[in-house]
Amino acid sequence: MSTTETKTDTELAAHTSAEARFQYYVAQNVPLLLSIGILIAMVMIYLILFVLTQHHLPGNFEFSTTLNNTMTVGLAAIGQTLVVLTGGIDLSVGGIVDVTNSLAAQMMHDSPGSMLEITLLVLLVGAGAGFINGILVAYGRLQPIIVTIATLAIWQGVALLILPQQGGFIPTGFTNLLAGNIRVLGNLPSSLIIFILLILLWQVLRRTRFLVTLYAIGNDERAARANGAPVMLAKVGAYTVGGIFSGLAGLYLAAVATSGDATSGTPLTLTSIAAVVLGGVSLFGGRGSAIGSLMGAAILTLILSVLFFAGVNPQLQEFFQGLFLILAVIASTLVRPLLQSGR
Amino acid sequence: MTSIEGRDISKSFGGVQALHKASFSAEPGEVHALVGENGAGKSTMIKILSGLFRADAGEIHVQGHEVVLEDPQAALRLSIGTIFQELTLLPYMTVAENLLMGREPRNLGLIDRKATISAAWKLLREHGIPGIEPLELVANLSLGQRQIVEIVKVISRNPQVLFMDEPTSALAEREVEWLFGIIRKLRTQGTCIVFTSHRWNEIKGIADRITIFRNGENVGTYEATDLNEQDAVERMTGRKLNMLYTEPSPLTEQTPMLQVHNLAGTGLQEVSLTANRGEVLGIGGLAGQGQRELFLTLFGVNHLKSGTIEVEGKQVRISNPRDAINKGMALIPEDRKTEGLLLPLPVRQNLTLPILRQVSRNGFIQRLEETSLIRTMIDRLSILTPSDDQPVGTLSGGNQQKVLIGRWLLTKARILLLYDVTRGVDVATKYEIYELIRRLSEEGHTILFYSTDTEEMAHVCHRVLVMREGRIIDEITGPHIAPEAIVAAAIHVIAQVNVEVPR
Repeated sequence: MSTTETKTDTELAAHTSAEARFQYYVAQNVPLLLSIGILIAMVMIYLILFVLTQHHLPGNFEFSTTLNNTMTVGLAAIGQTLVVLTGGIDLSVGGIVDVTNSLAAQMMHDSPGSMLEITLLVLLVGAGAGFINGILVAYGRLQPIIVTIATLAIWQGVALLILPQQGGFIPTGFTNLLAGNIRVLGNLPSSLIIFILLILLWQVLRRTRFLVTLYAIGNDERAARANGAPVMLAKVGAYTVGGIFSGLAGLYLAAVATSGDATSGTPLTLTSIAAVVLGGVSLFGGRGSAIGSLMGAAILTLILSVLFFAGVNPQLQEFFQGLFLILAVIASTLVRPLLQSGR
Repeated sequence: MTSIEGRDISKSFGGVQALHKASFSAEPGEVHALVGENGAGKSTMIKILSGLFRADAGEIHVQGHEVVLEDPQAALRLSIGTIFQELTLLPYMTVAENLLMGREPRNLGLIDRKATISAAWKLLREHGIPGIEPLELVANLSLGQRQIVEIVKVISRNPQVLFMDEPTSALAEREVEWLFGIIRKLRTQGTCIVFTSHRWNEIKGIADRITIFRNGENVGTYEATDLNEQDAVERMTGRKLNMLYTEPSPLTEQTPMLQVHNLAGTGLQEVSLTANRGEVLGIGGLAGQGQRELFLTLFGVNHLKSGTIEVEGKQVRISNPRDAINKGMALIPEDRKTEGLLLPLPVRQNLTLPILRQVSRNGFIQRLEETSLIRTMIDRLSILTPSDDQPVGTLSGGNQQKVLIGRWLLTKARILLLYDVTRGVDVATKYEIYELIRRLSEEGHTILFYSTDTEEMAHVCHRVLVMREGRIIDEITGPHIAPEAIVAAAIHVIAQVNVEVPR
């Protein structure tokens, strides 16, 4: 008896060993690994072009600027990921960013109290906007694309009401906090700390029932319901938390720009979707990781720098951006079978 | 006291009355079979008693108390576990995540992945399933393995009432035995088990009582010992049915239609076979011995590593399904819902999808020509449909299967690869399909036939090739193939059995 039990225990240990889990993880997360691969390739290209044109290595300034730009797209992309995981899509991301960006620039004063107040307000507005989307999609049984196209327009309008002209004011202290440098372990950009915190946050979220339910819904909504999962609540939750991340993106955008603009967030609807796709999250739902979306955001930011250092005519920037996106997606579809054939 | 009871339940979908004041009840410690034709209302009753559907009218009682089942969660809380016919596994999540969905072991409020994996591993072991890895994605499992995971998932919650809607349709005989072992154990523990099946020997083998549904109504509950198959089928269909297998008509000529030499590919080794014009050639053996791979390779879905395929004596290159279709082949798969038919589209479009080029002039579909082709096919296969424009999803399973076969006949396919086409099909329709196979064979079609039901294979085929581990290991020729001979060859216990069994 005891010998069979020992045998079972060793077998079990073999099955749950870090090594076994890692092998399956690799096989099942090929799209995420690919996005990391593309990011590394982009960094290389960027470094080469930078050194060739500037004759020195990029310094702290370049590093933090790139990361700061990544963070805005990245935050919006995490919000988008939550919704896309359920098989939905959130086109109102840009609108929520517009509103929160305008709110922050219009209302924030140079005092810690005000900064905290406005930050909380922005999160609340983001959550509220997402909540409305969620209720309409889950309980109103409306198509996510229609709901969020409508709320996108609404929030764009509201943003213009709040901040009719570009401007407003973001205290320097706030900018330094979010987009400056923090004196820990030398002189690290705060965006790097936030980037790492977001990855850790995702690891925690991934272990919650909420996230598992989102994945389940994206896999098969009917089956998720039959499994007793609270489908409706989880959907509302996805849009709400997604809205909070959009709000954070708006706040971050304001901090980086040190002022507000009621229209500067609008492009984030499309860039957040592009980041999600580049990050290997399936638009059909149920597969992928927000870490991939963060990678996607970094890739998109780097494309701009690469095009700049390659001396591409700025008017053709979007043309090449589009071209690159298609190439990246084709490359990953070609490479994917090679990586998966290992098992 | 009854474990579960539905009283005067009515439910309609659109204009179709699925249940009309139907009642059903089951006791603790009994195995209760719920039988009837497809569309009789069995699945609807199960879904209502599991909280997946809300009844239009009627009462539900659980352990003697009236309850309202708002959603499946409510049913789970009342210890009602259900294995639905359409599995509820999540394909891109792991076996472990699926098995423990909603009750994952947690640590500080967060799901403990390692503990989840070992809990899943232990569950699979406890239920005697060593072959499935907890870390594997469900999408990578075979249909039978998925069914097993689904069964383990539901049973491991120790439900007091266990519904199983066609749990055996994807299982091979060994696995059915495994399931029956579990059912017997649960019965002694006092679990109330309700299952549906279209296989009479299974029902007879395990059920204590049998309830028959017809057209959305309960037409009677019987002690299993008091009912024989002929009576049961008559009550299910409301008519007398010729339940004799029609023997395949003898082959008059031996003209090779499809020849395969030394085929190798995914899961296949040195497969050689010849199928003649008008022949129904069975590809038998235990489930998962390469039959599916053989069909997929012949049809160009799977890549062929080496070997040759000849159609009518001419060597052909088949690298994708389009090539196979051009050479006159058609694959009719087990999962007609996901691998063939476009359920929301009408019969018309489902039938003519591959031959649109033929019925179009300058890119416009010639309705009259299309209609006459469709009409001919509907008559020829006696497809029961109110009109050409009926969505295929609303037809019965057997008629859906006929639409799929009809589609390929319209492409003038001469070699039909029928892969488990009677799975989940009710008795009456099964016999219609057998009859259809016989007619197609008489018309000169060559048919490769695989089925999880060995008895059916023995009766339908002229000849059966038995596969094992990707090879053809035996050939059993008729007339009068004995099912036992196929099983014996499949499990390889003996070299010879008396093939000619008198009957």
